[in-house]
Amino acid sequence: MSVLLWVVLPYVALTVFVLGHVWRYRYDKFGWTTRSSQMYESRLLRVGSPLFHFGILVVALGHVGGLVIPKSWTEAVGVSEELYHLSAVVLGTVAGVATVAGLVILIYRRRTVGPVFTATTRNDKLMYAVLGLTIALGLAATVVANLVGEGYDYRTTISPWFRSIFTFQPEPALMAGAPVLFQLHALSALALFAIWPFTRLVHMLTAPVGYLTRPYIVYRSRDEGRPAAKRGWEPSR
Amino acid sequence: MRVMAQLAMVMNLDKCIGCHTCSVTCKQAWTNRAGTEYVWFNNVETRPGQGYPRTYQDQERWRGGWELNRRGRLKLKAGGRVRKLFSIFANPLMPSIQDYYEPWTYDYDRLFSAPMQADTPVARPRSLISGRPMKISWSANWDDNLAGDPSPDPVLRKVSDQVKLEFERAFMFYLPRICEHCLNPSCVASCPSGAMYKRSEDGIVLVDQDRCRGWRMCVTGCPYKKVYFNHRTGKAEKCTFCYPRVEVGIPTVCSETCVGRLRYIGLVLYDADRVAEAAATPSERDLYEAQKSVLLDPHDPEVIAAARASGIPEDWLDAARESPVHRLIFEYGVALPLHPEYRTMPMVWYIPPLSPVVDVLAKTGHDGEDAGNLFGAIDALRIPVGYLAELFTAGDPEPVRAVLRRLAAMRSYMRRLNLGREPDESIATAAGLRGEQVEGMHRLLALAPYAERYVIPKAHAEQGAQLEELGCSLDYDGGPGMTGPFGEASGLPAPVAVENFHALRERQTGENLDDADELRGRVNLLNWDGKGTPDGLFPRRKK
Repeated sequence: MSVLLWVVLPYVALTVFVLGHVWRYRYDKFGWTTRSSQMYESRLLRVGSPLFHFGILVVALGHVGGLVIPKSWTEAVGVSEELYHLSAVVLGTVAGVATVAGLVILIYRRRTVGPVFTATTRNDKLMYAVLGLTIALGLAATVVANLVGEGYDYRTTISPWFRSIFTFQPEPALMAGAPVLFQLHALSALALFAIWPFTRLVHMLTAPVGYLTRPYIVYRSRDEGRPAAKRGWEPSR
Repeated sequence: MRVMAQLAMVMNLDKCIGCHTCSVTCKQAWTNRAGTEYVWFNNVETRPGQGYPRTYQDQERWRGGWELNRRGRLKLKAGGRVRKLFSIFANPLMPSIQDYYEPWTYDYDRLFSAPMQADTPVARPRSLISGRPMKISWSANWDDNLAGDPSPDPVLRKVSDQVKLEFERAFMFYLPRICEHCLNPSCVASCPSGAMYKRSEDGIVLVDQDRCRGWRMCVTGCPYKKVYFNHRTGKAEKCTFCYPRVEVGIPTVCSETCVGRLRYIGLVLYDADRVAEAAATPSERDLYEAQKSVLLDPHDPEVIAAARASGIPEDWLDAARESPVHRLIFEYGVALPLHPEYRTMPMVWYIPPLSPVVDVLAKTGHDGEDAGNLFGAIDALRIPVGYLAELFTAGDPEPVRAVLRRLAAMRSYMRRLNLGREPDESIATAAGLRGEQVEGMHRLLALAPYAERYVIPKAHAEQGAQLEELGCSLDYDGGPGMTGPFGEASGLPAPVAVENFHALRERQTGENLDDADELRGRVNLLNWDGKGTPDGLFPRRKK
């Protein structure tokens, strides 16, 4: 069971994530967009959207810090477990609350503003459900662990399991012993990764950082970007 | 010197009757789709008026175009790269659908499905955004012919307040607008994804639909608000200068269908290395001259040599020498750019209207076409001139006055000829022209022969290997033979069928009517049930 949950599922989800994006980029560049609804309504969006996006960016950075960087590294530079934990909980809670607040405003807007609701597809609704669940479970796991218990050191269990996936030497036992809320959070995150390439979340992968370095005016020749005819022989009839 | 070619347009406002034919034909050709209901790549607005979207010219509010920073260098008025990326999650400067107008349709089905009743059933308007019944309160041309209240007009506010009432009685005119296809496009500069580009062959500004990610910064960046957000596909769309048409040498839809024959299309050559420098000219009032100085003289041997070195083909150089646009800007000096103070170097030019002056003069009982009266009136009627100057020369009345004097001289000079009198060279000289130039200008402006109005060189097949889709199979990856994975709106867009436009050109420019024999074996469309494509549905291709 733990092999299925913590080895098979992660690899399936990550494979779908990678191949799904390749497939989508190849066949559906035209559908690769933020599908912004700002034209319809911008008063709520101006509060909710930055709150959610900046929140989730900090949360994502926090996950990189907690999952990717081994505990031994931070201790080598003199960051004690208490200090790490305190900063992670404080920063994580602030960012988490901002994210949830933003998400609540955005979902409220999506439901109540007529044109925005009309423009919402079933795909969007599924994505919102999985995304909301993942965020809620993550926040719940942190809050419960720190309020009820006296904190959970995921850097000795979850983080090594996470890294073991990417070094292709998976250690499911590490994860099997983690608290249930953390397990559920990880599972819903895997579900999110699996549906990611097929939702509007793809816009994250094309965040326009290249804008910072490119020249302002773009010139392009007429030929560029036109689909080329297939090479080779015509099939015989 | 890096010589580049630019397709440019001139519109003669004196001949615009505000019929909106250009807008309607453009809409039917390009924006009759879901998501673009509110979009008019071409619109005609009455000046003074609020414009479309409302008050788009108020750059203190919308912050489109460029401005100079403290060191005198160009910067985007809405903020630079870092600021753009930080406001990417909610663009504070984007017009809402209400600033354009909420598009609607009518509940036509009610007319048929309503039960028998005493009152005639009516088709109520329904919003195309929310689908609900709505009250129509604004549209793209709601303030046509000074309807409603033109006082929020940002240009009008710049002309002093005390003359406003008198001014409203004095005149109005129409201003058709398309994308300016600027030399220094701020929409392109604003696009975070790099999806917008200026075509190096002909300077047309386009959006790559495959690379646009819907960040919406181009809408803010364009001071003319001529980039639109398709709210269904989530991508930006804009006027394409009808590139599939001009590539085969036929004019844009708006030009072709203009009943007043007021649009001119031709090439100009410009020095791409000097654009940024000219756009950064310190004084706004010098920008009109700076913009002219970037354009090159296609008769100058030095320019021709540099153009050849830049790879501009010989027939394009011929077209540049024949260009009506170049003649109207330089030889006759009557075409002015729209809002040069936005520093984008717009390439759709306008001949300001003389008719308000003539009208006012005629109302006071004077001879509106007498040279002396007209010249005097142009100088005396500082209100229309001030308004026109705010539109075309960043508020400098002198160039506008000079243009109006030339147009006035043409009227008076040609009237003498029409009445069989001797030509009066002094009228031409008073406007800085020669008699034969006035006659040439009259031919171009008043007669406006088709072949002189539109001098459009064809795109070169050797440059655009993919222009020809003839004989290319349709079942390549993502080609029209395949349907996208997410329905018809997904997948690669179907390439524009250039051969259709060749056929169109053949039909529009061919001399002979088709032989009656040609119709034998053809399908009568009235009997066609719309299923399949039976033999004879399309005419045979001519050898």
